[in-house]
Amino acid sequence: MTDLLEMRDVHTYIGEYHILQGVNFTAPKGQVSVLLGRNGAGKTTTLKTIMGLHPSKSGSILFEGNPIEKLPTHKIAQSGLGYVPEDQGIFATLTVEENIRVAMRDQSEATAERVDYVLKLFPDLKKFWKKDGGNLSGGQKQMLSMARAFVQDSRLLLIDEPSKGLAPVVIGKVIEAIHELKKQSTIVLVEQNFRMASLVGDTFTLIDDGRTVHTGEMGYLVENEEMKRKYLGIG
Amino acid sequence: MELLINLLINGLATGMLIFLLAAGLTLIFGLMSVLNFAHGGLFVWGAFAAVWMYATTGSFILAILGAVVTGVILGFVTEKLIITPVYGNHVQQILITLGFMLVLTEMIKVVFGPNQLAAKVPPYLAGSWEVGDVILIKYRMFIILIGFVVFGIIQFILKRTKIGLIVRAGVLNKEMVQALGNNIKQVFLFTFIAGAALAALGGALMAPYSGVVYAEMGLEFGILAFIVVVIGGMGSLPGSLMAAILVGLAGSFMAYYVPALSLAVNMILMALVLIFRPQGLFAAKG
Ligand SMILES: Nc1ncnc2c1ncn2[C@@H]1O[C@H](COP(=O)(O)OP(=O)(O)O)[C@@H](O)[C@H]1O
Ligand SMILES: [Mg+2]
Repeated sequence: MTDLLEMRDVHTYIGEYHILQGVNFTAPKGQVSVLLGRNGAGKTTTLKTIMGLHPSKSGSILFEGNPIEKLPTHKIAQSGLGYVPEDQGIFATLTVEENIRVAMRDQSEATAERVDYVLKLFPDLKKFWKKDGGNLSGGQKQMLSMARAFVQDSRLLLIDEPSKGLAPVVIGKVIEAIHELKKQSTIVLVEQNFRMASLVGDTFTLIDDGRTVHTGEMGYLVENEEMKRKYLGIG
Repeated sequence: MELLINLLINGLATGMLIFLLAAGLTLIFGLMSVLNFAHGGLFVWGAFAAVWMYATTGSFILAILGAVVTGVILGFVTEKLIITPVYGNHVQQILITLGFMLVLTEMIKVVFGPNQLAAKVPPYLAGSWEVGDVILIKYRMFIILIGFVVFGIIQFILKRTKIGLIVRAGVLNKEMVQALGNNIKQVFLFTFIAGAALAALGGALMAPYSGVVYAEMGLEFGILAFIVVVIGGMGSLPGSLMAAILVGLAGSFMAYYVPALSLAVNMILMALVLIFRPQGLFAAKG
């Protein structure tokens, strides 16, 4: 199995704070890798570090075998990474269409096909095509953010807590969407909702205090009550 | 009636000149939170470039073009040398751009001499039209027209082109714009240069309107433009247009009715906005 993304001993500072203190993480191609850990453990910072939004101070990040840790954010995105932030990052006063156009690389057939694909996957977006992104419901914003990240020809999607603040029915839809997107793209998922994480995740990586402490098959964690209690406070 | 219309047109024309200066400022601030106190320096360079070109070539159109080209070149140099090194640091931005403003002002005196220069309205824009009792001064009408045309062009670029879309998105969330694969620095350079060109255009149009150009005029207009950006809402182009017209009209009417207040009125307007609607009348961000 090839690793699409590999982080080796990554350290990140935010201002003077040493937030990531040795993150090791791999995302095998075609799988959903879940990042787990308590609030404030450093999951969001890990995703932002991958995207170059909080650049790492040391360590290496390889995407498809190429180092990306020194690249500016837009180059990282162009190399094939899509980012769905915790707050969804919707441009509230731009329409759904414009939100998606910000992510479109070009006018090519391939891009048009990707847009068609996400509109089939998320019919609501088509329905509200000319509406402002800010007027969408929480679930629809999540859909738009995922659609947008996918449209820019991403082979890896980084999705931060997509179930946050959503009703259970809507979470079901997000799970379906992730199952579907997985056929097209590798996914790194940060998720606090353990049920959701266990339903969509193939592998897990536990982060605690800015360090990776465990990694393995999702099934292993599901069975391991002690680990769940210790690092996630559940079980 | 005649008086009212004259005050109105006066105010509108002044407002449009301020708008040309404020347009660049508001987008630059909205997009990158960059405080550029040197913006008025581009205005004054546009004014002097136009006066010089007009005197040399006799063509007002060439004079305007010369001013715009001057703005583009100075804008490029300013962004690369002055602004890029101080991204993200407001204190440094204020200090370095204020310093650069003084440099631009002094350089005017070095290049064009220490005295003010007379600026003439081209013959085909001189004089006035009489409509009934009302006398419409052609050059003022011309400025108002240009102001609306420029506003239309910028709005078109913002609403209908990809780079305009990126600017609008960048004003809302610039991290996300980059995370979606767009080089925001490039877009910012483009915006900065466009803003500089507009400031220079404003200066070029201002010259014949006031009849003279002098090195310090950039400072005066720069401050008005800042007030307009605050009133209109940082990052909002329609906000800047409305606020510029408001400031222009307030200045024109006050100068006639309550001359003692004609300078203070802008400060009062700004203070009121800051107290009751600190995000500005037309805030771009929610
Ligand atoms: N901008 C910031 N400035 C200072 N500290 C921050 C900043 N962002 C995050 N942190 C700190 O970094 C740690 C990790 O945060 P984060 O990555 O958001 O955690 P998680 O996503 O796992 O909940 C937390 O202790 C948080 O307080
Ligand atoms: Mg988080």
